[in-house]
Order: sequence, then structure tokens, then C-alpha cells
Amino acid sequence: MARLRGKLHRLAAGALLLAAPAMAPAGVLPEDRADILYHRYSGGGITVEGPSVLVRKSVGDSFSVSANYYVDAITSASVDVVVSGASEYKEEREQKSVSVDYLRGKSTWTASYMESSENDYDASTWSVGVSQDMFGDLTTISLGYSQGKDRIGDSTDPAFSGEVERRNYRVGLTQILSRNALVSLNFETVTEQGFLQSPYRSMRYRTITDTWVLAPEVFPNTRTSNAASVRLKHYLPWRAAAEGHYRFYGDTWGLRAHTAGIGYTHPLPGGKWTLSGSYRFYKQNSADFFSDLFPYEDAQNFMARDKETSALTGHTVGLGASYEFQLPFAPWIKRGTANLHISRMMIDYKEFRDLRGLPPGTVPPGSEPLYSLDATITQLFFSFWF
Amino acid sequence: MLLASLAAVAVAGCGPIEPWVKPYERERLADPIMVLDPDPVSSAYLDHVYEVREGARGATGGAGGGCGCN
Amino acid sequence: MNWTTKPLRALLVTALLSLPAMAVAPQGPAPGFRLETLDGKSVALEDLKGQVVMINFWASWCGPCRQEMPLLDKLYAKYKPMGFTLLGVNVEPDPKLATGFLEKTPVTFPILLDKDSSVSKLYQVAGMPSTVIVDRKGNLRWVHKGYKPGDENAYLDQIRALIREQ
Repeated sequence: MARLRGKLHRLAAGALLLAAPAMAPAGVLPEDRADILYHRYSGGGITVEGPSVLVRKSVGDSFSVSANYYVDAITSASVDVVVSGASEYKEEREQKSVSVDYLRGKSTWTASYMESSENDYDASTWSVGVSQDMFGDLTTISLGYSQGKDRIGDSTDPAFSGEVERRNYRVGLTQILSRNALVSLNFETVTEQGFLQSPYRSMRYRTITDTWVLAPEVFPNTRTSNAASVRLKHYLPWRAAAEGHYRFYGDTWGLRAHTAGIGYTHPLPGGKWTLSGSYRFYKQNSADFFSDLFPYEDAQNFMARDKETSALTGHTVGLGASYEFQLPFAPWIKRGTANLHISRMMIDYKEFRDLRGLPPGTVPPGSEPLYSLDATITQLFFSFWF
Repeated sequence: MLLASLAAVAVAGCGPIEPWVKPYERERLADPIMVLDPDPVSSAYLDHVYEVREGARGATGGAGGGCGCN
Repeated sequence: MNWTTKPLRALLVTALLSLPAMAVAPQGPAPGFRLETLDGKSVALEDLKGQVVMINFWASWCGPCRQEMPLLDKLYAKYKPMGFTLLGVNVEPDPKLATGFLEKTPVTFPILLDKDSSVSKLYQVAGMPSTVIVDRKGNLRWVHKGYKPGDENAYLDQIRALIREQ
């Protein structure tokens, strides 16, 4: 029974929360806080929900430690699951991470460790980083490095096992531009090698009888990517903040992507409510070895039909509301917020077709409609500062 | 330290440039709405969702800004 | 400047910039100023000659400043009878922000308002908070940039020493 896999776990190892160390502004330790989040993703036949809990506490004057526990409870009857002939499946991924920040003068050193597991994918990542304030605290430079290892299984084939080794290199510069604005530039290189595809997905090729048949994908066993981003945040005179960002991405699989977004935060008079809104645009072209329908068997050395390597365009619109409160019965909690964020993500796949209900022989191969998905992302969380 | 030295060498070579925002002028930058990443648990979760659905990854971080104290 | 001294000078600048919040011992008279207090009175540094004066530059948005305030209040209460005074110079353009903070964390020492940052500029405030100690003769004796828990011990030693000077 083939299932949808690969992405969720692969990326668990990649860049989640404390695997990429949350960089503290150097000079002061990050604030002590606790956050409890309920998250839910629903769309494209998939529902993923679960908690994410973070606690951060300073220890003495120079150290801050944090720990995060995160769960994805997945129910999936996605397009990939359905087309492969499998039935809806349920599973759970559990992720734990810890980090330590050490503050010395204007430098903050961070070390963190993350591990995640589910029944056919285990990942662990070590990260280190340093962040330095300079030039009258107008400039912050940060460097980061992560090293990860994933172990991949196939629940339908106990004999299968794959591995991925991954390294991330990060450089960042944040610059105060004026009393009202700052800009942040970030650059990240990721190199990985090993089994970089999902054991459950397939590609398809056209048969001599002009129908199509599924066959295993063949991915390269290395991938190196570079991403460069710029983010600008500006204070508006009526006490609001506007934000814009852009990221360019390219990798050795031929994927090129542009990400652009804007955001707006507006505290309402009275000091209790804050509203926010955001829009994000994403566009990528397809990987060199992607095709929705290969012309014949073994047409290329590398062949993929993984929809995340297809050309696609995504729009995400988000709205958020936050309410600040005090807890008089717990004076050690300085303040708390209750937050609700709802986003709607709409993805149009430009080269990946929706084969559901259209088995081989029903329509000419390659004439199936292009696939698209809409997903609703809900976050309900409480934050406490102490 | 190496980067700091390189940055200092670069600055020293240009002649003295004074920080154009003084430490006592940072009230807006210190405002909680100007924090680059105010809800780390939420932003990490969204980054995760985007990475799962898209091919691109990386360069989502950022540190700095704030009160510039100490 | 030849090509060997420039990098050396840069490295020295870097080394100094990366030192933690430290006390510097400058020389010379403390620049004079006159500012309004929160209660509307007027205070000039000159009028305080003969006392040891600690000037603390703070803002409600500055975490270490807020952390330091109760400790400064203890210092003020303890040493005031011995000829010591503390001026809390708030550097914010809007005095309501200072009163908002002080309502929750009241202090007994005078709060002065430097709304246009003229005194901050005069004293070349290079970090928040900044604490300056002036001796009985009106000379600048110590400058502290930043605040980390434990700095109050240095303040204690310096104040005691300056109080003994007659």
C-alpha cells in the first residue's frame, strides 16, 4: 500500500523551530516565555493537527534554555495517496528539541538539538550559531551551521532503509536603517546527500498502447540549494508596523523559486487587541527531472512526478487577532496573549495533473486537468511572559 | 570575532561613521510590534507548512533590532 | 597610517567594542544642565555640588533599565543621608511613558525629563542604560554603560569611596 510520504519528515529534519536556532538579539538574553499552540492544516485531502509547546527560561544572567515539543497527527487521503490506489491513512510524527543560548557581552552563542520520529522516518539535527551586535548596536551579524541525519523506512517493505545527511550554512545581517525601520538580509546554503525521494511516490510514463502506468521515481542522491532573502520592517506613525520580504531560491535540481510577502500589524487603542494581516506569493518552476508524464519507460536517468518538484504558484492570505491580558492571581506572569491566526493557502500546479477518478484508459494521457489545492491553516495559541 | 574584525577593518578604512540612531532614540525599534519574529512557535510552524508544500527552503531567519540595550 | 597599523587599530576597536558593559574612569568636570522633574520642579546639576551625584539615563522600553530601577532606589534610600543623590533622567519624548512605568514600579529618587535628548547628547550616552557618577566637586568619575545584575556592587564601592572624599 503506497502512501504519501517524504515531504513531511524530510522537512521536519530541515528547518523546524530549534533546529535552525532561534537567534536572539545579542546584548540581552531572549525573554522568558511559554507558548502553547494548537495547529491545524486542512486541504488537499489531508488534515494535520497537533500541539506545539515551547518553554524558554533564563538560567543565571548568561544562559537561556528552551525546549519544544511538537506533534503532527496526520490523516491523509491526498491526491498522491488516492492515485496510488491506497486508502486513507493515519499516522503521527513527534518532534522534540532543546536549545541553549549563552550571552557574553554583545555576542550570543546558541546550540540546539532536534529529533523527530514517526513509524517510518527518524531525523536528528544539531545546530550551532552565533549572533553579534556591533556598530552602536545598529548592526547584528549572525552565523549558523546545522548538521542532520535522517533514517528512512518504507512501511510496505521492511527490508528497505535509506539515509540522508544534511548540512545547512546560514549567514545573516540585520541593520537598523533609521529610528523607524530595519532590514534583515539572510543567506542559507543546504547540501544533502542520500535517499532524497519518497519511497511511496511514483512517476508515470506513456505506454505503447497510449495509456499510462506508474513506475518508481529516480531522484539524484545529492542536492545543494542556495536561498537569499531580504526583509524590511517599518514603524508607521499611528503605531503600526508594516513588513515586506522577498526570497530568491535556486538548487542543483534546477528548481528556481521566488517568494514575496507583505504583512501589517495594527494594535488597537486600549492596549488589549492587535490585528494583523499578511499576503504571501510563491512561484517555482519545475525540477529538471520532473515530468507529469514521461514519454516511455526509463526515458531519463532521473525521473520525478513529485508534485512539490512541479512548477507551481501559491497565494497565501492570513488574518490574525491577538488579545493581551494580565493574570492577577499569578503575579509571576508579567503578561499573556491569546492569539488566533487563520490562513488560506491556494496552490495551482502548472505541470502536475489530477488523475483521481481517471485511471489509465479513461482519457488520453496528459489531458487530465491540472491539479490545485486550497488549504486552511489555523493556529490558536497562548503565550505567557514571566 | 573574525567577521567583527573584518567589519571593523572595513569601517575603519572609510573614516569614522557615527551610529545614526542613538541608543536613547530606539523607542520605536524597541516597541514589541517591531520585533522581527514576535511569535517564534507560530512562525516556525508556518515555515514548516510552506517547506512541506513547496520546493524551496532556507533563509527564513533573522536576529537583531530591538532595544539595543547593554 | 600604513597598512599594518590600520588593521591593528581596527582590531583594537573591535576588541573594545566587544567588551561587556564596563565602567570607564574619565576625568574632568561633569557637563552642567537643567531639567524639569516629573512634578514640574526644575533641577540643575550645579545646585547639587557638595553631594555625590549618580545620573542614570533610562527609558520605559529598556529591559535592563527597568530591572535596575528598584536597586537604584535602594542605593538612594541608603546613601541619601550621607550626601548622595540620584537623578533618574528619562530619555523619552513622552513623559506619560515614564509615569506609566513608575505607577507600577515607584521609586523615591527624582525623575528628570530629557524630552529633546539634549542632556543625553551632552553626556554622549552610548548605551541604555547609562549610569554616570559625579563627585562632590562636580567632576565626572565613573561611567557605566549597560546594566547586568551584579553591577550594583560596583556602584556601591564607587559611591562609598566618593562619599568618603570630603
